[in-house]
Amino acid sequence: MTTHGHENGGDSDDGGNGEMTDDVTAPLLEIRGLSVSYRTRGGAVPAVRGVDLDVWPGQVTAVVGESGSGKSTTAHAVTRLLAANGTIDAGTVRFGRHDLATLSEPELRAVRGAQIGLVPQDPTVSLNPVKRIGEQVAEVLRIHGLATRRTAAAEAVAVLDRAGLPDAAVRARQYPHELSGGMRQRVLIAIAIAAKPRLIVADEPTSALDVTVQRVILDHLQHLTEELGTAILLVTHDLGVAADRSQRLVVMEQGRVVEAGETRAVLADPQHEYTRRLLASAPSLTTARTRTPVSAAPAEETTPLVEVRNLVKEFRLPRTGGEARTLRAVDDVGFTLRRGQTLALVGESGSGKSTTARLVLRLTEPTAGQLLFDGTDVTAAKGAQVRQLRRRAQLIYQNPYASLDPRFSIAEVITEPLRAFKVGDRASRLARAGELLDRVALPAATLERRPAELSGGQRQRVAIARALALSPDLVVCDEPVSALDVSVQAQVLDLLAELQADTGVAYLFISHDLAVVRQIAHQVAVMRAGRVVETGPPEELFSAPRHEYTRELLAAISGGRFADAAAAPITSRGPA
Amino acid sequence: MRRYVIKRLAQAVGVLWAAYTVSFLVLDFLPGDPVTAMASAGMDSGQVDPAQLAALRHEYGFDKPVLAQYADYLGRAVRGDFGDAISTGRPVASTVADALPQTLQLTGTALLLAVVFGAGLAVVATYTSQRWLRQFLLSLPPLGVSVPTFWVGLLLVETFSFRLEWFPAFGNDGFQGLVLPAVTLAIPTGAQVAQVLAKSLLTALDQAYVETARAKGAGRWRVHLRHALRNASLPALTVVGLLVGQLVAGSVVVETVFSRDGLGRVTAAAVTSQDIPLVQGVVVFGALIFVATNLLVDLVYPLLDPRIVVASDRGASFA
Repeated sequence: MTTHGHENGGDSDDGGNGEMTDDVTAPLLEIRGLSVSYRTRGGAVPAVRGVDLDVWPGQVTAVVGESGSGKSTTAHAVTRLLAANGTIDAGTVRFGRHDLATLSEPELRAVRGAQIGLVPQDPTVSLNPVKRIGEQVAEVLRIHGLATRRTAAAEAVAVLDRAGLPDAAVRARQYPHELSGGMRQRVLIAIAIAAKPRLIVADEPTSALDVTVQRVILDHLQHLTEELGTAILLVTHDLGVAADRSQRLVVMEQGRVVEAGETRAVLADPQHEYTRRLLASAPSLTTARTRTPVSAAPAEETTPLVEVRNLVKEFRLPRTGGEARTLRAVDDVGFTLRRGQTLALVGESGSGKSTTARLVLRLTEPTAGQLLFDGTDVTAAKGAQVRQLRRRAQLIYQNPYASLDPRFSIAEVITEPLRAFKVGDRASRLARAGELLDRVALPAATLERRPAELSGGQRQRVAIARALALSPDLVVCDEPVSALDVSVQAQVLDLLAELQADTGVAYLFISHDLAVVRQIAHQVAVMRAGRVVETGPPEELFSAPRHEYTRELLAAISGGRFADAAAAPITSRGPA
Repeated sequence: MRRYVIKRLAQAVGVLWAAYTVSFLVLDFLPGDPVTAMASAGMDSGQVDPAQLAALRHEYGFDKPVLAQYADYLGRAVRGDFGDAISTGRPVASTVADALPQTLQLTGTALLLAVVFGAGLAVVATYTSQRWLRQFLLSLPPLGVSVPTFWVGLLLVETFSFRLEWFPAFGNDGFQGLVLPAVTLAIPTGAQVAQVLAKSLLTALDQAYVETARAKGAGRWRVHLRHALRNASLPALTVVGLLVGQLVAGSVVVETVFSRDGLGRVTAAAVTSQDIPLVQGVVVFGALIFVATNLLVDLVYPLLDPRIVVASDRGASFA
């Protein structure tokens, strides 16, 4: 695996290049030969094998890789916060004078929180739901004797304020569920920085947040650590984030470090095959990778497949004291989708994009407005008419882990729509399933298997095959790739485009990720707070956004800085 | 909040009415009637003067149609008058009131023991890093739930009264007499508390916020008690609310086994003699205890978990 240059050669010589201006001579954190395994019923499963990694004072070191690459395990092994069945088999984790891998539990506790802070992955579940915000921040200070019972509360407010939480004094008295995801992540950052640690381990700190929030949080984290001179070990699956935020980059695959070095150098000239593949499939970094729309728009005179006019959906909110309130989730939305085309609905969580999709599929009743499917008004369609619509409009869900019945075989999963509409007999249905599997590039043997035996990408292929079983005119794809690793994302997007070219199916494609949308959509509608704020073809929208919000979304795509700054153009596509 | 309480009280009245009605119907379906039972109990021979019986039936209203009887009883019960017990002739209300302190003492002690030892077992079992100890402790609750109460009672009496002579085998003699019956009653109850709490503690310890706490440098004991326990206590609290009903029911068996005076024995006697007014009184009273406990439990939830909002419509709402 060793080629040359910034390849990780097993010691820290890669730190010695000229751009390093820090007045430091030794890494703050030095991991050598770290191996971690998890005990399972089937024996010990190695998760991390012989990893070497350095974090220098005041620098951001990013660890990138796909799920299962061991990046998160490595980060957690630093302070031995592994799951109960995880053990460190070998290696040293030198931090200052200590080897954290062999430190006693009480000694380690003095390091955790005080010298090494952790920003966990999912802010929505990482705060204790029954304790007030202020109490949870104050706890760090109390544990490490940095505040007394009396001063802790005021200190906590000050820390929250530094972490960028507005109205910190008010928030400190609230409970986690009363705060948004972004605010909760700020609270977790406050907990991590409260004791002014020398190192912060951030494990996918923003993956659970909306893009615009992501950017603000990362900016703030960066700003804070620059101010305090704190080093960050940033774990991320998003190469764009790593490119923007880190000075040093470590690429992991299957528990090993395959490449490490200065971020800019690694991205400009990746040595390892895996890094190249990762780069090629990262949507945010490959600006060059815009797909030319398959087949130009069909003649204007044909009736559009879906036409939506002034659609409104209101939800009743639980009554809290006063009169009944309603939430306008979809507010006067209109668009048209032509056959064989892809319309992308883009927006952040709560923008109403999923509700709009559910309205189009008639899974929820609109409060007002009109919905035309292939020229017929189906707004008030009932019974048989809706069933007919179901046959022509299918859905692919976000989470391939949850949308396939675990008790069904793959053959049963794919033929279920056929059975529901009594299409063909057993043999012909099975033949159709085989044909569909072939279409989505899965081996025929997959028919006999169960969803649990398949990977996320394979499951999403099965979900696509199921959606296509009835040869529908429309497939609604609700965030079809957000739960998948980047390299798999690219493959699934390619597959969707291919199928569209072959079958002429139209997609209503819902996504929060502009980078993904750019690759697949013919038309983009940007949604915010239930309204469509801007529509247009992606090239137009991306090069000359008219609405302020679109600009904000575009600016939030990570990797932008790298794409702007790096002179070296990223070579086109890798193997899909 | 006030609207919620009022609504819950209205529901409670509904539950009490249902309990009253169902027990009335069940008793009515049983063959024979209390007058026959009473009359035959008083005589050695089965020969009773039919005219006398008819007079008695008339006196208690048993000669009227069932619906009329029901309306009659219900009307008086609403006014708080449950009539006189047929077997003793004493007012139902005072019979219940006399038996109540003994039973409250018994069930209260049992509940205390159950919660303290059940919760203690759950906390220790989930805290210990000794595998064997954890396995051993976690195997106790299923055992406690599955052994029958009367058998445990007899075993305790055999051991601690007859062999060791530490505690009396029966009677209501102060604290000494309370120990064995309370322990007997507490075992299955405490076992259920332990089972539920241990399970939810293990679930809570797996949550992401526990990792956050550990990352702060918190020790295991702090993580266990300050972070996990409070989150895990809600399901256990629900179970405790339901167990109160079970304790009252369990007192029937335990008071009989230990020959203690109390509501349980009154109930047993009333059912045997088909003493409708007395059974009705006991049933309504038992339902009252159950309803009140569960209302209390529901009002405590929001204190433990701020996410639970006591709302007047649609039950709890989530943010």
